[in-house]
Amino acid sequence: METPATYIQLGFIVISVPNLIVIVGMVAVFLAALFAPFPAHHEIDGDGDEHPE
Amino acid sequence: MSTPSSAPAPEPTDASWTAATRRFLERRLPLTHLLPSRQPFFVGSWVYVFGVVAITALVWVIGSGIVLAFFGPGWFHVSALGRFVNSIHFWGVQLFFFFVVLHLWGQFFMASWRDGRAKTWLVGVVIFVAGLVTGFTGYVSQQNLDAQWIAINAKDGINATGAGSFFNVLDFGQMYGIHVMLLPIFVTMLVVLHVVQVRMRGVVNPIEPKVPAGRSKPPTDVAS
Repeated sequence: METPATYIQLGFIVISVPNLIVIVGMVAVFLAALFAPFPAHHEIDGDGDEHPE
Repeated sequence: MSTPSSAPAPEPTDASWTAATRRFLERRLPLTHLLPSRQPFFVGSWVYVFGVVAITALVWVIGSGIVLAFFGPGWFHVSALGRFVNSIHFWGVQLFFFFVVLHLWGQFFMASWRDGRAKTWLVGVVIFVAGLVTGFTGYVSQQNLDAQWIAINAKDGINATGAGSFFNVLDFGQMYGIHVMLLPIFVTMLVVLHVVQVRMRGVVNPIEPKVPAGRSKPPTDVAS
């Protein structure tokens, strides 16, 4: 906390390592959410007509 | 002498605003929509969990913030328990934005503004922006060198926009009042509205919905 963060520079892109870790973590969680099996899937209704108006 | 009619008597028309509001809520938000026990099959995905995780983080942020407001910086910067609650507040905010952005990504890629849900999307955008301002006013309300550093550096940028005349980051009372009172109430009300909007329309159908086993066509859109 008392020392400045390390920065990575790729051309015009400059980003701190903590920010890069957060962004990579968000992408990883997003991809995991897309492909990871959902445990309650078998209990969910089979049609999409739950909100007829 | 009149004869009895077999036709049902017409319902009395009530033009009051309370009756109009009741009819609107009965039509647009019946309890089966507000508290559904079943969901379309495509909701069985972790992508649909991001929003409620963000709300959970917001609950922790507001709860820890209430404790911090009661005991003050002389407690949460000094004592072990105070620093722990302060950390819950800080990391709760990090989790809130982490999952709000993931929720935004998920809803963006499934184009969740479709089928009459544009207002729901716009309220979500306002929640995100209001959350940013809430976070910023929190950073400058910490009562430490970090807060002073942020405020001194931010004032020039905000003054350059012209907003500094009514949004003075060096005015601790203004920043603190906005942070602990106005914006939390505003964000909470918008989150409640956002959830009610989702419940009114239901979850948006996938762009390319999966066809369940035994069905010949994907579920139809359910929005009015």
